[in-house]
Amino acid sequence: MVTYSEPVVDDDSVFKALADPTRRFLLDLLFRRDGRTLTELESELAMTRFGVMKHLRVLERAGILVTRRAGREKLHFLNPVPIRMIHDRWIDKYTERRVSALLELKTELEAKAWRQSRKPA
Amino acid sequence: MATESKAGIAGVTTTQVYEVYIKASAQAIWDAITSPEWTVKYGYKGAVEFDLRPGGAYRAHSTEAMRSFGLPDVVVDGVVEQAIPPTKLVHTYRFLFSDANKAEGFTRVTWEIEKVGPGFCRLTVVHELEGAPIMANMVASKFSEQGAGGWAWILSDMKTVLETGKTM
Repeated sequence: MVTYSEPVVDDDSVFKALADPTRRFLLDLLFRRDGRTLTELESELAMTRFGVMKHLRVLERAGILVTRRAGREKLHFLNPVPIRMIHDRWIDKYTERRVSALLELKTELEAKAWRQSRKPA
Repeated sequence: MATESKAGIAGVTTTQVYEVYIKASAQAIWDAITSPEWTVKYGYKGAVEFDLRPGGAYRAHSTEAMRSFGLPDVVVDGVVEQAIPPTKLVHTYRFLFSDANKAEGFTRVTWEIEKVGPGFCRLTVVHELEGAPIMANMVASKFSEQGAGGWAWILSDMKTVLETGKTM
């Protein structure tokens, strides 16, 4: 059976894989603790085993999940490399300056609000 | 089983797996991992020394910039356990950035290069990090201004260098 129709992970499949709350939840689970079995992942979701498997397959095709056999078990690992590449390509480039300016503004306004809230009435 | 990270750091466990698809031959990827001419072009840009036979030494040298921060000449060391060019390389791996790093001792890195299509290879890095929570956190971390780039950063940079000849 062919696992990869196209060996190159493309941005589309990564964005699509991330565009689902269940799949993001699965990634967060693996971020907290990597190398989990299907049974462990399934126990965290109110979903059938088949449903979880379908989501895992989408993540695996997008390259952000990889599986390794350890004895009789199949372990699931988060592979951050494609997300890293999307970050470099799509996020860093456009947001760096603006985001840091906004974050500074936010900090400043919050500090101001905090100072005001402490002023005696 | 169910080993939560000893150091309690989110996202850090005892084994980490990284995978990247690179438009290059297995030999080119092998060279990018094992030859100093290539390793100075991506990631931390330190020159490596690999004695590619079981028991052979592995060393990664610091760059001039790192030495100016007071880091030693050799920042990573290890021993080659298996070298099957250009498909599989297994070696131990110890950070020498600090005494705390050094005290954690050796971990193990396995590089697997597999041709998956015409002109395409899959590179898999498996890092076994038992008993090395500080290193585990460092290699899992994202690139930051302080230079703490993890495997994801190193491998995506390696891919860029191999595919375009440019570094990030």
